[in-house]
Amino acid sequence: MSYIGIIITFVFINNFILTQFLGLCPFIGVSRRTDSAVGMGFAVIFVMSIASLATWAVYRLILVPLNIEYLQTISFILIIAALVQLVEMVIMKISPPLYKALGIYLPLITTNCAVLGIALIGVRSDYNAPESFVAGIAAGLGFLLAIVVMSTIRERLDREWIPKPFRGVPIAFITAGLMALAFMAFDKALLKNLLG
Amino acid sequence: MYSEFSKGIFKENPIFIILLGLCPTLAVSTQVVNALGMGAGVIFVLIGSEIFVSLLKDFIPARIRIPSFIVIIASFVTIVDLVMQAYAPSLSRSLGVFVQLIVVNCIILGRAEAFASKRRLGESLLDALGMGVGFTLGLLLISAIREILGAGTITLFAVGSFDGVIRIPGLSSQPARVLALAPGALLVIGFLKALFNWMEMRRQARAAWIVPTPAPAAAAAAEGAPALQGPSDEGRTS
Repeated sequence: MSYIGIIITFVFINNFILTQFLGLCPFIGVSRRTDSAVGMGFAVIFVMSIASLATWAVYRLILVPLNIEYLQTISFILIIAALVQLVEMVIMKISPPLYKALGIYLPLITTNCAVLGIALIGVRSDYNAPESFVAGIAAGLGFLLAIVVMSTIRERLDREWIPKPFRGVPIAFITAGLMALAFMAFDKALLKNLLG
Repeated sequence: MYSEFSKGIFKENPIFIILLGLCPTLAVSTQVVNALGMGAGVIFVLIGSEIFVSLLKDFIPARIRIPSFIVIIASFVTIVDLVMQAYAPSLSRSLGVFVQLIVVNCIILGRAEAFASKRRLGESLLDALGMGVGFTLGLLLISAIREILGAGTITLFAVGSFDGVIRIPGLSSQPARVLALAPGALLVIGFLKALFNWMEMRRQARAAWIVPTPAPAAAAAAEGAPALQGPSDEGRTS
């Protein structure tokens, strides 16, 4: 699949949050304010692109040659956990302002299903190295898009009257459901029409 | 001892009360059979990892406990994944990548960290069983609503001549298909969570209304039915 196809697939058609439900916890938890949503979104893009490249390398260069593919779950989760720590330390050294912006979100990402999800989906789809990297960035962009749109909606919802049992998490889920309904307009046919 | 088990099912039900472990829940909740398979996998991983964490808690240094817990959990997830591929290939295909994603399910790491790393083996085992059964029940509820309203069927395991699909007359010809698609999962869990919030609010309002009354019997006589439910409800929760 071409890179444009991968990007459109992961940002719109198979949006990680709205169609795959990967990364719902931070999506509901960190979407109250737009600025923190943007920070979280960029942290996720950053980690997902690096993680999908790193897990691709470990899978193709270590697990497959040694015939130990069944260790992928264990190795991937450890790689992601180590990578997040490494990224945190590197950012802290290189760019303190960036660390200030993304720092608090990085530890939260380790147990984010979306990061492990893109690693496993990349392996299952037989992507090569640049394709996995692009898929990681695209899935992160999809996350950023969904969480930013969600946070702007939630900031407006805060000023509206909502029946008491629906306040907080339930209305966030229903909002996400309606967003997912809108995203259903993007489907495989769109990809076919665009790319021929 | 029993309360260690039952709290996972009702008071601290992992899906609705704590709202953990949503990611694997929603994506596979399109069919009842998926919920059963996923529930069985989660119960196995919870029990296995809570037993190991509980046994090894004195040997794991505090600073590396989270990575150690993750390795233990990932090992059990790998077991579930391989067993499912070998003995239930169709279930494994329909759950797809979400079996492996049990490893990042917040319920399991959360229970290992919050409960099993501090308690004895027996208590951890019951806690794992209760949480796992509670998770499965919650997942079953969501997938039953989605499948019955969204497809008009209930899919179970195929046994003999029975193909495992129960069709509901009237619904299966004209289902509300949106519930079976991705948005349906988010809508269903949103409305269910609101329902649980409403029930909790009503329970608290009733408890608050009954407590300051000095003589419940007199209030019951004056107010009739609602007060009669009040004391028994209060007795259950305390």
